[in-house]
Amino acid sequence: MEPPQLGLIEQSFNSRYSNWAREALDELPDNFTITDPCISGHPIVFASRGFLKMSGYSRDQVVGRNGRMFQGPNTCRRSVMEIREAIREERGVEISLLNYRKDGTPFWMLFRMTPVFGKDEGRVIHFVAVQVPILRRRQRRRNGEGLCGEILSNSCRREVCSSSSVELAGVSAADSDCRVTALEIEEKCEASDTEKQLAATAIRNVLSVLTHYSESTGRLVCEKRVDPHLPDIPIVYASDAFLRMTGYARNEVLGQNCRFLTGVDTDPSALHQIKQSIQAQQACSVRILHYRKDKSSFWNLLHISPVRNATGKIAYFVGVQIEEGSVDRHGLSPEMRQLSVVGSIKVAVRISSP
Amino acid sequence: MIGKGKVGCQRGRQVADITAIHGVTRPLIHVRSVRRKLDIIQSNPSAHGGRGALPSEGGSPSDLLFLAGGERMMLRIKRVPTVVSNYQKDEGEDAARRGGGCGRNCLQKCCIPGAKLPLYTFKRAEEIPGDKCVLEHDDNQAPVAFLDSLLLGQWEDRMQRGLFRYDVTACETKVIPGRCGFMAQLNEGRHLKKRPTEFRVDKVLQPFDGNKFNFTKVGQEEVLFQFDASEDGEVQFFPDAPVDADSSPSVVAINVSPIEYGHVLLIPRILECLPQRIDRESFLLALYMAIEAGNPYFRLGYNSLGAFATINHLHFQAYYLAVPFPIEKAPTRKVTTLGDGVKISELFDYPVRGLVFEGGNTLQDLSNAVSDACIFLQDNNIPHNVLIADCGKRIFLLPQCYAEKQALGEVSSELLDTQVNPAVWEISGHMVLKRKKDYEEASEENAWRLLAEVSLSEERFEEVKALIFEACSYTLSEKEDEHLTQGAGDDKPPLEGTGSINKGRNCNMVSGTQECLVLQ
Repeated sequence: MEPPQLGLIEQSFNSRYSNWAREALDELPDNFTITDPCISGHPIVFASRGFLKMSGYSRDQVVGRNGRMFQGPNTCRRSVMEIREAIREERGVEISLLNYRKDGTPFWMLFRMTPVFGKDEGRVIHFVAVQVPILRRRQRRRNGEGLCGEILSNSCRREVCSSSSVELAGVSAADSDCRVTALEIEEKCEASDTEKQLAATAIRNVLSVLTHYSESTGRLVCEKRVDPHLPDIPIVYASDAFLRMTGYARNEVLGQNCRFLTGVDTDPSALHQIKQSIQAQQACSVRILHYRKDKSSFWNLLHISPVRNATGKIAYFVGVQIEEGSVDRHGLSPEMRQLSVVGSIKVAVRISSP
Repeated sequence: MIGKGKVGCQRGRQVADITAIHGVTRPLIHVRSVRRKLDIIQSNPSAHGGRGALPSEGGSPSDLLFLAGGERMMLRIKRVPTVVSNYQKDEGEDAARRGGGCGRNCLQKCCIPGAKLPLYTFKRAEEIPGDKCVLEHDDNQAPVAFLDSLLLGQWEDRMQRGLFRYDVTACETKVIPGRCGFMAQLNEGRHLKKRPTEFRVDKVLQPFDGNKFNFTKVGQEEVLFQFDASEDGEVQFFPDAPVDADSSPSVVAINVSPIEYGHVLLIPRILECLPQRIDRESFLLALYMAIEAGNPYFRLGYNSLGAFATINHLHFQAYYLAVPFPIEKAPTRKVTTLGDGVKISELFDYPVRGLVFEGGNTLQDLSNAVSDACIFLQDNNIPHNVLIADCGKRIFLLPQCYAEKQALGEVSSELLDTQVNPAVWEISGHMVLKRKKDYEEASEENAWRLLAEVSLSEERFEEVKALIFEACSYTLSEKEDEHLTQGAGDDKPPLEGTGSINKGRNCNMVSGTQECLVLQ
């Protein structure tokens, strides 16, 4: 197959990350590649110096080529299939893999790959793969564990004051402890904890560079998918005031992610701040432009806070919306009112019946 | 201190034996059974016994309630005190700090001038019947009371500012299966970071000691708002009111080691530095707070010294828990209705014996009935806990003796190992456990067993109850008398929660007029 034109490759990288990105990536000591699944052939668009050194190839020989070029006769086909599956499903994977250098010598490495999503598009932009050479061989059979999260759908036991606009979004266990699912594998060689650590660190390094350098192009990338169509923290409770304020009916709202409130002029950085806080399991307050069902917009003083249940773990995020300009008759500031709603919900959720 | 009610005194009783006159050495024995209180009371020179009578005055029936021991043999136990304020240091450090400017934005003379805190003023309920206990608010907009919102909002604010030592909502909690519904929480972080201190547990009344930690030393950021009666009879809120030392403000502050969400401390007339003892005015303030919050899941509690109060600066505690407490569900047996409409019942089928106060023609009547009982107990060195529940409609008074038992080595090591100090919340049925093992093995049975150790024995409780009635000059309602003579049924069922049983039991109580009271 003809390797794709260099122009496309360059474009893949440059349109997303600023010029300094390459330099910053080059400074990282880790071995990694960045690939673009949207270009035919899923080629490598960037390879780190460490990677080139490890594999023995030059940059020109690698960029534009697909990662299978490093596989050889003894590479486990099943592992390769798993990687392909992860790519297809647009998720991460961590697996030991036998690769071959330019001079034909095989080496075991821990292959860890993670997707990079376009913030606006909600789809995968790139895959980042790090390769950590495995120094020792170990014979072991490893069983995988699947993380099975259930979206909790309890509603508040205590009626929240109907004058407050509230929505409660359920968190699945998998979200709060995001780990790569390890599938059942038969492996001849397993990475040590140190090597896995290295892989994790490397991924973090690369992602942090990419995220940072994507900001200046205005086309943000992020680690987690924020596609509103996926079941990601759906609303499980909405107060009457929320429905009044937004113009939606309850059945239109339940089960949806609250992104449906955003629109054309909603500031992406406000959304970003919300996502970051949720991921960090912290409370945040933002002033965000939201849209009603009838497409009219309003400024929303939104406060989001994690809420824990009797297990002590986060079960929900509560969002309390106050339309800017509303006045409380007692002289409580909007912020204080929001906090008091958060408090009421925390009390209610705290000790749910067994 | 009241000892366990066991029968038997070794020799003939003399007045000198039962009065705790200073300087008289006597062996460390319990005052055993007050054989028949009648005898003792009749030997009492004064018409009614207890309130205000101090040991040195001698000659009052209350004296027999002292633990024979004298000054030389103080009862102490070691405890790890709970850190309730971020500024709580060991007592030694406090002394060193005295005299310098503190720079901590506290509530003492150094920082108070110019200080501003939110102020919530409630409307007094002079004319409103105690029964209703829901004050009329001008705004009937929200079903959620304003004080409730204010408290929760302020508390959440302090949460987000990181003022608490830990996130209490991250502590596992559960309702223990069983008919009582005891609650247990696993909280390993509550008791850390403080060294064990010796607490004197044989004196319910101890003078305020400015050298020790008290609430004027807390940082102002730990204070949520001032809480006082309004001047003009309206509920008002001032987000930014100056702290006027001359008006002797009362405040609500956070407890930085919370038992539950919203755990606060109500400190009446904080600048007056009152020791931990009940007075009528302060108790009424606490009752108003319960009413104003208007939330049945928001209760106030009080621990006397000797009943596991750790700070000798007058304070009540309060927090939210959205389930009924076991004590609130326990059946009660009516004891009497007073002339002012206050109904007094006693708990039964509950591990701890206690009295329940409700009703009253006015709020003050209810408040005073309870405060007077507390005042009697504290004057007679009987440790006790008080729970204000149901938005101030029901008040539980529980005398206890656990600390004394502990000091005398009478508590099993198994119970001691749980390091549960049975204060008002534990007695009400909410246990905070430090060890995972205790939490996982928590059962209705062992919760009951622990609390049963806390309770006065039946005999002792009967005596104390009788003395409370006598001392507080509770006058009976005439209506009650009529009922007794006519044998008519009460319009309110004497038993709550179960229904039918109506055991009669005679008990002679001597008051000034020698009235006879039938306890149903």
